[in-house]
Amino acid sequence: MFSRKKECVAMLLAGGQGSRLYALTQKVAKPAVPFGGKYRIIDFPLSNCTNSGIDTVGVLTQYQPLVLNDYIGNGLPWDLDRTYGGVKILPPYQGSHSADWYKGTANAIYQNIRFIENFDADYVLILSGDHIYKMDYAKMLKFHKKRGADCTIAVIDVPIEEASRFGIMSVDEEQRIFKFSEKPKNPDSTKASMGIYIFTKDKLVKYLTEDANDPDSSNDFGKNVIPAMLGAGEKMFAYSFEGYWKDVGTIQSLWEANMDLLGDHPVFSMDDEKWRVYSRHNTFAPQYIGDGAKIKNSIISEGCEVYGTVENSVLFGGVTVLPGAVVRDSVVMSGSVVGRDAVLSYSLIDSNVEIGEGAAVGGPVRCKEGVTVIGDGTKIADGETVAPGAMIPDLR
Amino acid sequence: MKAAGLVFSNIHDRCIPEMTARRTMASLPFGGRYRLVDFTLSNMVNSGITKVGIVTHNNYRSLVDHIGTGKDWDLSRRSGGIMILPPFITAYDNPRANKLYTTRLEAIMGVMDFINHCDEELIVLSDSDVVCNIDLADVIDYHEQHGGDVTIVTKKVNFADSAFRNAVNVIFADDDGKVTDFIESTQMMNGEFDISTNILVFNKSFLLSLIDTSIAHGYTDFYRQALPYCMFTSGYYVYRYEGYCSAIGSLSEYFKISMEMLDDKTRDSLFGVKERPVFTKVRNMAPTRYGEGAQISNSLIADGCVIEGEVENSILFRGVKVKKGAKIKNSILLQNTIVHENTSLNCIISDKNVVIMDDRTLSGYETMPFFISKGKIV
Repeated sequence: MFSRKKECVAMLLAGGQGSRLYALTQKVAKPAVPFGGKYRIIDFPLSNCTNSGIDTVGVLTQYQPLVLNDYIGNGLPWDLDRTYGGVKILPPYQGSHSADWYKGTANAIYQNIRFIENFDADYVLILSGDHIYKMDYAKMLKFHKKRGADCTIAVIDVPIEEASRFGIMSVDEEQRIFKFSEKPKNPDSTKASMGIYIFTKDKLVKYLTEDANDPDSSNDFGKNVIPAMLGAGEKMFAYSFEGYWKDVGTIQSLWEANMDLLGDHPVFSMDDEKWRVYSRHNTFAPQYIGDGAKIKNSIISEGCEVYGTVENSVLFGGVTVLPGAVVRDSVVMSGSVVGRDAVLSYSLIDSNVEIGEGAAVGGPVRCKEGVTVIGDGTKIADGETVAPGAMIPDLR
Repeated sequence: MKAAGLVFSNIHDRCIPEMTARRTMASLPFGGRYRLVDFTLSNMVNSGITKVGIVTHNNYRSLVDHIGTGKDWDLSRRSGGIMILPPFITAYDNPRANKLYTTRLEAIMGVMDFINHCDEELIVLSDSDVVCNIDLADVIDYHEQHGGDVTIVTKKVNFADSAFRNAVNVIFADDDGKVTDFIESTQMMNGEFDISTNILVFNKSFLLSLIDTSIAHGYTDFYRQALPYCMFTSGYYVYRYEGYCSAIGSLSEYFKISMEMLDDKTRDSLFGVKERPVFTKVRNMAPTRYGEGAQISNSLIADGCVIEGEVENSILFRGVKVKKGAKIKNSILLQNTIVHENTSLNCIISDKNVVIMDDRTLSGYETMPFFISKGKIV
């Protein structure tokens, strides 16, 4: 098959279950979890790719891929519907000698080396579908080429007290990595790996093949491949990223990342017309704000109808807030209805949830019980109370 | 597919010269995130029509930009899809023929090749000044059941409660729906009448023969000459449409019909039909952000706005910014309008990219909205 050479191909690891998001990831993989009023988490790496001029992206799926496959489709929303390249879904497959699930992040890429080689790529960008950030990968690639690196790892400065949650790099003044420790008890650096790697292709193939042949390996980039390369003295550099970057792997961090979009000067803003975040579109009408509505410090999407009070909240497309209802410090996802006089507070409400008349959900903001979560399609009966911190999964 | 669509983008440009100086009626922004042609195109697509020609004349840059490849209406197709039909003048035509068409009939004559090349048996014609969500598949069924040559979609209008500045075509029909007469009304008449929405379903062969006849007779007018000529030898029927349907005939009508979008029932009949959504060009703007001091009531607001002031009975298009202390009432602000601090607006229509600086007070009146043209700074 004819295929045009691509300097850099991106591989997006989207098979994660996101078990810590429990009620939100029962039917969808973590990268498909909705975020920010009209997006899904995967929109961020995909938009970054297209904005960085990377037009070939392999998306590695494994866990609950239905929604994700449907969402990515032919890649049109991200301008990744290309005749040569574009976005391709890469599920595990059956080969002539073996059939395997993806055993780890490194194994997933190893099983798809032919995809990379088809495009004759010189560099491979490895991404994950777990983070909210805007980043120009082209700058990182330039850095990688300038240093003649074998591997470049994007890092972000984190507070030292949080450093033990991350993979931590120690670097010299040239930004060359001399030590990497995965979730160290006593971190000696604040440079945390963002899970974004650029590899020079030949080195990547070499180390992935070695890793695949090692029966004791857990086939993970952070645990196996990076330490192996470092041990062999390969040229590995840290690329410092400054800007907003948030792991949304937990309910609390997902809620916080949504709240970061609020305020007159939001911590993270998607208004930038030069760096748009693209998403698959629903054909909603504009939002309608009725008489008697009170809206303060919130983000509201198309298709919403608001007759009640909305404060410090994020409403996704097609949400209805009926008269007398109060939505405070919450995230309400697409198509949900908040009934008359219902009160929502400090909650994450998944799509198509119905909150009955006069129901009360959640506790005061930042209460010790935590964020209340209601799963997709759940109905909360009229007058019912859902305790702070409760997690109600979709029981269908 | 049995029907193809033919949309006229310029026919009503002269009705609203303020806003169509540099755009077609088809690309007139409407309802917060749409352009008028979106309604017609969506009606066609939702009825299973997958081949649409858009006849255009002049000022069509914004139309071409809006339509793009047609993918937002799912009209980017290998076979069929959307085709923009600009005036066709060959290098070898005689000077007289080089004249651009001026009437509906001449416009249809100009796209005879398109019609000839359609394999479909039916051609659905529509203008792009109509705001409605009509099930054209039902109109097509009706047309086939009656076995007519033409079905004209009409709407009952009481002339007493609507002011028509422009000519409308009043259609008279018997109880079976067979057309008996039509007149062009330029003056107020008393009572209720069926007027043409300019949505017509034609048998393709009949349309072609009608054009041939018109060319032979030197006709130039569709309703006054071409249609009446064959009325008694052919089957003309009306389809009396009872849902919401309005046609924009002037700036004050644009204002009035836009404001009707604030009514629940109108919105439901246009946007609340699950199986017939209204499609438009996707712009990928962030959701709208409301600040601490925002106060909103009875307003229709698109994505990409940042609202820190007060908005009441208004329609805000994508990317409008309302700064602190600004008060917006009964106004329509088109895409990317910026209203600075402590400015107050009442009955204003601002075109795209208008900037209104601090502490201004501007007001029109409901029947005479104050219009600020594209890109102006107040």
